[in-house]
Amino acid sequence: MRYRALTVLGGAVALAACSANGQSKPASVSDTPASAGSVETPYASTYTPYPGAPTALVGATIYDGAGGQIDGGTVLFADGKIVEIGGADLAIPAGYTRIDGSGKFVTPGIIDIHSHLGDYPSPSVQAHSDGNEVTSPTTPEVWAEHSVWPQDPGFSRALANGGITALQILPGSANLMGGRTVTLKNVPSRTVQGMKFPGAPYGMKMACGENPKRVYGNRGRMPSTRMGNFAVNRQTWLDAKEYADGDRENRNLAKETLAGVLDGDILIHNHCYRADEMALVLDMSKEFGYKVSAFHHAVEAYKIGDLLKDAGTCSAIWADWYGFKMESYDGIPENAALLQNADACVVIHSDDENGIQRLNQEASKAQAAGKRMGIDISDATVISWLTLNAAKAMGIDDMTGSLSSGKMADVVLWNGDPLSVYSRPEKVWVDGAMLYDANDPKRRPVSDFELGQPGEGDVK
Amino acid sequence: MKRLFKLAAACSAFAFTVPAAAQDIAITGATVATGDGSAPIENATVLVRGGKVVAAGTGVTVPAGMETIDGAGKWVTPGIFAAVTDIGVFDVSGVSNSNDAGASNSRFSAALDISQAINPASEHISVSRAGGVTRATVAHAPGDSIFAGQGATIDLGVDPDPITQARSFQMVVLGERGARIAGGGRTASNLELRNAMAEAKAYVAGDWEGEDALLTRPDVQSLVPVISGKQKLYVHAERASDIRKVIALKQEFAKLDLVLLGASEGWLVANALAASGIPVLADPLDDLPSSFEQLAATQSNIGRMTEAGVKVAIGGVGAFEQPRNLTQYAGNLVALRKVPRASGLTWGQAFASITSIPAEISGLGGKAGILRAGAMGDVVIWDGDPLELSSNPTRVFIDGVEQPLSNHQTRLRDRYRDLDESNLPKAYDW
Repeated sequence: MRYRALTVLGGAVALAACSANGQSKPASVSDTPASAGSVETPYASTYTPYPGAPTALVGATIYDGAGGQIDGGTVLFADGKIVEIGGADLAIPAGYTRIDGSGKFVTPGIIDIHSHLGDYPSPSVQAHSDGNEVTSPTTPEVWAEHSVWPQDPGFSRALANGGITALQILPGSANLMGGRTVTLKNVPSRTVQGMKFPGAPYGMKMACGENPKRVYGNRGRMPSTRMGNFAVNRQTWLDAKEYADGDRENRNLAKETLAGVLDGDILIHNHCYRADEMALVLDMSKEFGYKVSAFHHAVEAYKIGDLLKDAGTCSAIWADWYGFKMESYDGIPENAALLQNADACVVIHSDDENGIQRLNQEASKAQAAGKRMGIDISDATVISWLTLNAAKAMGIDDMTGSLSSGKMADVVLWNGDPLSVYSRPEKVWVDGAMLYDANDPKRRPVSDFELGQPGEGDVK
Repeated sequence: MKRLFKLAAACSAFAFTVPAAAQDIAITGATVATGDGSAPIENATVLVRGGKVVAAGTGVTVPAGMETIDGAGKWVTPGIFAAVTDIGVFDVSGVSNSNDAGASNSRFSAALDISQAINPASEHISVSRAGGVTRATVAHAPGDSIFAGQGATIDLGVDPDPITQARSFQMVVLGERGARIAGGGRTASNLELRNAMAEAKAYVAGDWEGEDALLTRPDVQSLVPVISGKQKLYVHAERASDIRKVIALKQEFAKLDLVLLGASEGWLVANALAASGIPVLADPLDDLPSSFEQLAATQSNIGRMTEAGVKVAIGGVGAFEQPRNLTQYAGNLVALRKVPRASGLTWGQAFASITSIPAEISGLGGKAGILRAGAMGDVVIWDGDPLELSSNPTRVFIDGVEQPLSNHQTRLRDRYRDLDESNLPKAYDW
């Protein structure tokens, strides 16, 4: 039970929780090898896959994540990688554990491109509110990973109910430039380094519109208007270009992030609701020579599907959220379908610790809204919205997001059609390791926080 | 005060909301779910006459000359009953000028009456209506008192009178939230509640002294029907120990007509709840320890409480969770039946949890959320299983009156079906 009067800004912006005075201590990471961090790759990933058995999923309907569907198909994975997928005639090599998937469905691991798990964890108390560095409108120097609490119980629910195998944690949207994002494997670890997705590029969170101008305008400082938003952004980019074009020897954390964007190494994830503002941001990206990888929330993206297609920018969206703030007023459930119809890239995101548990259902609702207006989108295409398209926008599509041979064996076996409300994940593998099994009470994670508690991580 | 009594106790207000344009219709050959908890009935008929349901089921004869809708391939159900919402009281929740969901700077509390703020032309009413929601209760959000104010029961019809029953319940907030409001601890909220009960009793006895009282006169007056049990008291509590206190309250003040709201940890006290007879409105999908009073939150909560014999409906699903998605939430409870060790609901139970049961808990048992002779003619025709994500309402009737399903969203959808502006700007496309 939550009260809208209290949550007028909601999880998406959660600014009520962001004006905190509470200080958070950096996590102690005593078990990270000293060699793991270096000047080149500080706070590097220490994730290594857990053991798994060579596995053959047989007889299931397969959505491959890339828009393909195989009925009664076979998925083979071993040594943490997808070996091959095919029809019933695909030979199963010796030594594979055979799992009957008849009546069931297989998809790649679900990917949430927009999550605040760990940086706005449960319980959502002030002491945990680490998602927005609300002290300056531009904070490219902060890194979301330094706020992530790996013991957030939300990771386990996302795995068990949502089949989430990878997710991007972003700073909040109080700031024009909120800081670096981090992409995680949804594999529990004592440290955030142990969850970091090896080889995933960094992202940088930007936000346009109401939030930055409200937060800083209320403090009597720039920006207090949308034109102020742009002026601050442009000047920051100008200064960053100067730094990037120089010798970069004088280290500056903020400028290093911005230079990484200009170099094309760090991907821009831009919170933006209104169509006209997204069009302006696209022009700003041209002015300074970077690419917007995805607009997040983008409730009006359907008004500019043509521009987004031309820019190669994805829209990471909810199925049907609208009306909670002025810039969300024109949100419609057909947003995804209209974008798909315009041949623009669609990603379904959650931005919510509950929504991440059912991205598949959100996608299904968006598909149904399209069908209602005569836009038929195949089930397999809809699954790509939460798998390969998300991976593309996060720059990890060469490693995961589809069931292509050689990719990470991030796989979900669903107990029914994932686009039905009646289906749930039955088994989830990350890099070929089975980390959730509905039939095995012990094969699911329970965070430190929940041990010994009344519900003990929803396992009682 | 007498006026309050009358309106809170009587349901005579229903008559006023039935416009003259109610149609007499028969829907035949459809899959009919009556909302009473039973399984759907194939090839059944629903008759609506004079704004009321006349019959629903098989073996129903359609009177000669009655307008008949072919329901082949369709599902027909009572409209969805959304319990404890904030629809109709804001345009944009983040735009404070447009938001009447609460009144945190008011000098009043229990007397605040949400029925005065309902806007039947609200975007959220039309969007929810298009999603098959035909009736709802609307709560007032708590401000500076543990007494949030009086909620209303509404219909989502396009007519100008949305009120089914004004002041249908009072709401009090206990638990963490109530404790913060009352002064920082549960000790304070407990005393606030008891003092309010005492003042209301004193008021009835004629020895309430305004100058020595803590409540304002309108607030204490508004609590009189609560202590006499003529107006329901919704109590928001989540933690098991807080729920036990609510049960104890019922033992201490036997006349209170209590409804428990929230109850994330209700499954831990399910047997005691069942024995108390206190019905529950709960969020079906909360499964995170989002606060210390919800450490035992689980999606199995409603299933386990139902198994224990508690009367539970889905309700109080707030914030971004929209009433039009209640069908999705109910569907998830069905999904749990396939998950080992989880507790869910049958299809019939799940559908009842968003139709007849919330209606019963709201005081409209047999009148709303159900297809039964004499019930309100709130009927929805769906293009498939209403709990399934791919299904949508195709026609919606409220009190027998067919409702428009278009709104701001559908107009935007139609305008942006294509992006062709070769002849004129999009602004001319309407």
